[in-house]
Amino acid sequence: MMAKSHITTVINGDPTEFLCETEQTLLDVLRDELHLTGSKEGCASGDCGACSVIVDGRLVCACLVLAVEAQDKTVETIEGMASGERLHPLQTKFLEHAALQCGVCTPGFLIAAKSLLERNPDPTESEVRYWLAGNLCRCTGYDKIVRAVLDAAADMRG
Amino acid sequence: MPITNDRIEDRSDPDVGASVGRAMAHDSAVAHVRGTAVYVDDLPEPKGTVHVVPGYADIARGRIDTLDLEAVRNAPGVLDVLTASSIPEVNDCSPVFGDDPILAADEVSFHGQPLFAVVAETRDQARRAARLARIEAEAIRPIVAVDEGIENGGDLMPSYTFERGNPALSIKACEHRLEGRFRIGGQEHFYLEGQVAIAFPGEGDAMRILSSTQHPTEIQHLVAAMLGVPDAAVVCECRRMGGGFGGKESQAAQWACLAALAARRTGRPAKIRLDRDDDMRMTGKRHDFRVDWRCGFDHEGLLAGVDLAFSSRCGYSADLSMAVNDRTMFHADNAYFYPECRILSRRIRTDTVSNTAFRGFGGPQGMLAAERMMDAIAIHLDRDPFEVRMRNLYAPGRDITPFGMEPQGYRLVRRIMQRLARTGEYAKRRRAIARFNVAAAEGAGHLRKGISLTPVKFGISFTLKHLNQAGALVNVFGDGSVQVNHGGTEMGQGLHTKITQVVAEEFGVDIGRVRITATRTDKVPNTSATAASVGSDLNGMAASRAAGVIRRRLARLAARLFQVRERQVSFAYGQVRVGEESIPFERLTQLAVEERVSLSATGHYATPGMTWDRETVSGNPFYYYAMGAACSEVSVDITTGEMRIDRVDILHDVGRSLNPAIDIGQIEGGFVQGAGWLTTEELAFDEQGRLRTHAPSTYKIPTCSDVPADFRVSLFEQGRNRMPTIHRSKAVGEPPLMLAISVFSAITHAIASLSSRRLPPLDAPATPEAILRAVAALRSEAG
Ligand code: FES
Ligand code: FES
Repeated sequence: MMAKSHITTVINGDPTEFLCETEQTLLDVLRDELHLTGSKEGCASGDCGACSVIVDGRLVCACLVLAVEAQDKTVETIEGMASGERLHPLQTKFLEHAALQCGVCTPGFLIAAKSLLERNPDPTESEVRYWLAGNLCRCTGYDKIVRAVLDAAADMRG
Repeated sequence: MPITNDRIEDRSDPDVGASVGRAMAHDSAVAHVRGTAVYVDDLPEPKGTVHVVPGYADIARGRIDTLDLEAVRNAPGVLDVLTASSIPEVNDCSPVFGDDPILAADEVSFHGQPLFAVVAETRDQARRAARLARIEAEAIRPIVAVDEGIENGGDLMPSYTFERGNPALSIKACEHRLEGRFRIGGQEHFYLEGQVAIAFPGEGDAMRILSSTQHPTEIQHLVAAMLGVPDAAVVCECRRMGGGFGGKESQAAQWACLAALAARRTGRPAKIRLDRDDDMRMTGKRHDFRVDWRCGFDHEGLLAGVDLAFSSRCGYSADLSMAVNDRTMFHADNAYFYPECRILSRRIRTDTVSNTAFRGFGGPQGMLAAERMMDAIAIHLDRDPFEVRMRNLYAPGRDITPFGMEPQGYRLVRRIMQRLARTGEYAKRRRAIARFNVAAAEGAGHLRKGISLTPVKFGISFTLKHLNQAGALVNVFGDGSVQVNHGGTEMGQGLHTKITQVVAEEFGVDIGRVRITATRTDKVPNTSATAASVGSDLNGMAASRAAGVIRRRLARLAARLFQVRERQVSFAYGQVRVGEESIPFERLTQLAVEERVSLSATGHYATPGMTWDRETVSGNPFYYYAMGAACSEVSVDITTGEMRIDRVDILHDVGRSLNPAIDIGQIEGGFVQGAGWLTTEELAFDEQGRLRTHAPSTYKIPTCSDVPADFRVSLFEQGRNRMPTIHRSKAVGEPPLMLAISVFSAITHAIASLSSRRLPPLDAPATPEAILRAVAALRSEAG
């Protein structure tokens, strides 16, 4: 067995170190080693978005990223979205619009939406729909999610 | 947390100040958005947890000559390899008929059927080891499709028929007759959280299992039977599922059994989590069907005789196929009166995974057949299908279903359809679409539009009488906080939220005081699956009864202490009014503890009036009906087969809604899931019986960009269940799925514009390929 790699990274603002196998995905390390279980595995093949995280400002599927790739990068996960007690406006709008049911897809949608609003604070409805098309939800039918994101965007623009 | 939203009206009772009728966020919503809601796979694994991965042969059918597991056993980290012979007692994980082995012994019945399971230190080791089995088997050519099954495989169980009059004769005597055959595809549940369970061996023969299951009681029972221990030794628990949709009703049991078996043999906690591909290969799906239909009608489209023959692919074992196919028959009329009819259902055996429950439970396929017939009639007569539908609706004097009952409350369907046609401007839009299609044809445009408004009338109850019961346990504590536990499971549908509201209402307290705890078989025993849409009907009633017992005890105590009559005690806004005085609820609960009054109670509910007798085809299978209608408009590209849903209007009756936000969520989600079933979701099996669409890369559920941007969903405002259900609400889990039939019908309309009076030969799902085939067929005939 190969020696484990020692990775130094920043997760949700906290400098973090971990050991991992070369073939371990970032998702596995987040969930199994670091106990950040908010990112979910829906497919492990990059098709459902339940594992969405932001690495160095880019939205990625953590199931398709190797954990070793996190070296010297910054990783943002759902656990870092709220600041303590204060929810992120997207989180608040998801609550207000009842934009979740079973909740498994919710962290992925929130991260994906956050990354959208970071690059485009004023997206059109179809921009939201296309941006979020990589995130699957089997429960809600999406309408409430789209509305929540548009509403949050408006709120954040002030 | 209350939700304010301009689409949602607050219907809570101002005298109580509690929350029944108010839009409230899901009870776990804050945890969901923070990513802290815990699903089975998120729990920290106790030290020493072992991991279980199932293995299978690469054939669909055949006898196993050699199952050589030497290499598997010797692989790194492997602790044990489970086979059929490892099972101490009963090798079965079936819901009813005893025909689903947990691990197949010497015969393979479908591709992906587990033959063994590896138990290893890590999941990765178990997965790698599972690939190392050497299996020699004599493969037999499998029977895969329904048609092959009809010809070679035969029936898995006896067929069943509803018959009235002589439909053959009455059809023959009709001025107009039509017949046809079409196919309806199956559907993968694609719950976002896959199958998962973890088992903890306890002292002696005890076993505790956490499972993502809609049916903890069944798992308790199957694990006990497998291990040869009493039910009382086994506890099954479920806090929440990441989606179920019927796919965790019977299908969760096998994995829980394997985890329990591994836990028993290793003495360590054992966890199993299927990866997505195994999950899709190894678990059952919605039944696919072939429908052969024939009908006779007059020049206005009024039906005289109907003959419907359903043949469904059941797979290799019975699972829930009997009840599923019965429900196809119960809904083969949808909302229409068939004066003389025969509804025949054949349940075909195939060498494929055993098909199972899926939201609607056979009902959607029955309804689709009825609506297909309506479209066929309208196109044949060159009439508006809406008119034909309205004409055939149940009406006074024409109000007996094919199974001999009056569908009570059926008049609501007509009202809902009329209202929706008006608010959705159906007639005007249909005219505009007709003009659009003419212009498109003249200008050689490649888009065609279609519109359709279809009803849903869905029977509520388990058709198997004894399943219509539920229990609940309510504990009130001295500090005035309340704990409720009931037999239903939470899969995202908001059941726990509704139950919390119901209990808060009983005590007139804020919902924040009421805690719901995980569903556990040692708190509420002998429960039914959370299924058939009746989760809140049954468990809500049981919880309200349990809370009612405690409330009456509290009222009696208050009356005694304050020297008033019991009638003068009431609970509202977190206060207890006692005559002229008012004390905080928690003051009274504290007094109750001091006065030695029990603050714990159970409640039980059994739906009254269930008289259905399958043997004699008589009696009433449903307590009431849930109804709604949808109007969908679509655009179809006749050169590529692509389709877009442009607008959807829905009007749905949920009775007096317990929680409008949750109900609207169920309606939207159900509709979109139904639209997926009928348009993009295609299960492809090859000739060797292997499922080729076993991941989301090839199996396409709707995404954000597929659903209509113009999506108008309303609850029927005057809704109130005529039956004394919990706060006069109605079930909402399954019925909305069938609203999506309007999409299929609108696509039919769009394609039909290419020809005159020809029903497009369209099968479901209406994928681009299916649409192109139908377009080509109409064009070649138009020639
Ligand atoms: S789990 Fe990563 S995209 Fe599905
Ligand atoms: S809320 Fe269940 S998958 Fe989105």
